[in-house]
Amino acid sequence: MLEIKGLRATAGDTEILKGIDLTVRAGEVHAVMGPNGSGKSTLAQVLAGHPAYQVTGGSVLYQGRDLLELEPEERAQAGVFLAFQYPVEIPGVTNAYFLRAAYNEIRKSHGLEEVDSMDFLDILEDKLKLVEWEPEIMSRAVNAGFSGGEKKRNEILQMAVLEPKLAILDETDSGLDIDALRIVASGVNKLRRPDSATIVVTHYQRLLNYIVPDYVHVLSNGRIVKSGGKELALELEARGYEWLEEAVGVAS
Amino acid sequence: MTEPFVQEFEARAGTATADGPEWLEPIRQAAMERFARSGFPTARDEEWRFTPIGPIVQGSWRAASGTSGELGREQLDSFIFGHPDWTTLVFVNGVFHDALSSVGPLPGGVRVASLAEALRSDGASIECHLARHAPVDGSPFTALNTALMREGGVVLVGAGVDLDMPVHLLQVSTAEAAGTVAHPRNLIVVERGARASVIESYVTLAPGRSYWTNPVTEVAVAAGAWLEHTRIQRESEAAFHVGLTQVDQARDSHYRSFSFAMGGALARHNLHVRLNDENIESLMYGLYLTRGEQVVDNHTAIYHDRPNCRSWEVYKGILDGRSRAVFNGKVFVQPEAQKTDAKQTNRNLLLSDGARVDTKPQLEIFADDVKCTHGATVGRLDDLARFYARSRGLSTSAAERLLTYAFAAEVAGEVALVPVREELDRLVFERLGSR
Ligand SMILES: Nc1ncnc2c1ncn2[C@@H]1O[C@H](COP(=O)(O)OP(=O)(O)OP(=O)(O)O)[C@@H](O)[C@H]1O
Ligand SMILES: [Mg+2]
Repeated sequence: MLEIKGLRATAGDTEILKGIDLTVRAGEVHAVMGPNGSGKSTLAQVLAGHPAYQVTGGSVLYQGRDLLELEPEERAQAGVFLAFQYPVEIPGVTNAYFLRAAYNEIRKSHGLEEVDSMDFLDILEDKLKLVEWEPEIMSRAVNAGFSGGEKKRNEILQMAVLEPKLAILDETDSGLDIDALRIVASGVNKLRRPDSATIVVTHYQRLLNYIVPDYVHVLSNGRIVKSGGKELALELEARGYEWLEEAVGVAS
Repeated sequence: MTEPFVQEFEARAGTATADGPEWLEPIRQAAMERFARSGFPTARDEEWRFTPIGPIVQGSWRAASGTSGELGREQLDSFIFGHPDWTTLVFVNGVFHDALSSVGPLPGGVRVASLAEALRSDGASIECHLARHAPVDGSPFTALNTALMREGGVVLVGAGVDLDMPVHLLQVSTAEAAGTVAHPRNLIVVERGARASVIESYVTLAPGRSYWTNPVTEVAVAAGAWLEHTRIQRESEAAFHVGLTQVDQARDSHYRSFSFAMGGALARHNLHVRLNDENIESLMYGLYLTRGEQVVDNHTAIYHDRPNCRSWEVYKGILDGRSRAVFNGKVFVQPEAQKTDAKQTNRNLLLSDGARVDTKPQLEIFADDVKCTHGATVGRLDDLARFYARSRGLSTSAAERLLTYAFAAEVAGEVALVPVREELDRLVFERLGSR
């Protein structure tokens, strides 16, 4: 589904990603961990097509297509979804309106008819249940004045509606209370399909108890310095990151 | 430049502007003298420094005089909204058009009529209001309007009446308006404890024509009364529009204004609100959408004369092309007006490199125990928000349209009456869609 090879990216003059290799197959869950500033969000944003980053080397194949050639909206239409670490506020547009606009744009790109607001309400109803939320949230402006946890839950609601093939969750767990974490994680699990894949960026083993990864990768200073199974996350929890950085001789 | 108007004034015997009630004649005379003496404002006049009125001053204008052609209600479809029962007075090229107007079911104590009709039949009840709120020495344009006013809408809402359906005063200009000037004059009086909603629209059936509209609207909101007043300015983009809304508010009253402007080669709107007593609330919202070479100018003035009043003002602009917006917001707080709570905001969104904004808040505060703030911003669409929307599947243009719409919707959402809010939404959408 996703094949990243030697990916390098810069923001302005600084190189942030220094050669990333990562292969994700359909049905898999990959966890990406690593110290603050190691480049996890940059990787996620580059995959979503954030214009602030320039790709300076390597390649990304997504479902056989060159992902880096696609505009951000084309990636979304092709099934890539990034749950932002810092979701953006859009005052003046209701959550319902925004989400329907997104839903319809994606439908249009597949040659499907747009749905009107009544039909969309039906779709929403189920998805709201998935994240255990009341419909009132839909008439509020997108993320405007939402608490940190509400913003994260809203990202998962969007994901539930847009039904991506490749979901990238950037620290969706941070800022969530224990109940919300459970709700969000179970939402993500329910959305899993044999033909979809998930990349979860997280700092905490706790989330991985709910969303059990097939692989865990450690990103440090723009490179994946270690990959392993889910037990790697436990080891990181116990030992931190330093031993890894020393082991591969990464200068910080 | 004043002579043609003086001549028109002197030659008006036997015309519509001549046969008003007796009390009106000296007012007209004084206004004409005032205009003849001052002439049009010049570039040295601080109040008009940023408003390029040259084409008005140099133009040669004929008085607008209605329409000779047939005009069907269906031609007005895109300007009329809300419920069919709403009372709508239609004026075509400055003249009242009875056949196109409709007066819906009105509660007792409410009078809606054209100015000429009201002067004939309700002269006494409007004598204490007409030309009493808007002083002719306020501006030469107001003086000119007062001297030559002929038609407009009069809405009188009696004490305690809840006028649950709004009244729409619709000024239409047609191709025949080219080269003409109209001086619409509206009067809205909401008596003690009454509640009403009035919409004032300026629209055109001749989008490319140049004409000039010089309207004045006087508003009196009595003690404990409530009024929502929406002004929709959709003139031709080749037209000139210089208008004044003058509001007097009494104790415990609530006035909310929404001034929407998207038309005019040059469009200026002055909104002056006097808070004459205690415990008054005034909400003033504005939205202007400009493109091409348009110049849209909003001047507002709020007079806090007495204690314990609140005024809240938000004007927003979306500018495209090489258009220009002017915002000048004055807030005067008199020494007596303690506990004043006044907030003023002007925010501008530039969609192009060529667009320009001159924004100037002007707070003159002479009381010490007050809460007064103001702020002005000029910015562009947020890159992060654009990317966020694109990452959800919206194209760049759809994302930009959405964010621009959002910027406008934040202020349009303040309109209390839902059908009016929806109409404003529609207009914004339509304009953004045509980009
Ligand atoms: N747009 C940018 N411009 C300049 N520097 C940037 C930009 N984006 C990221 N960086 C820098 O790149 C490095 C990696 O940032 P990134 O956000 O990817 O880290 P992260 O691994 O997600 O960290 P965290 O765990 O704190 O979220 C940091 O040093 C950061 O300051
Ligand atoms: Mg991060």
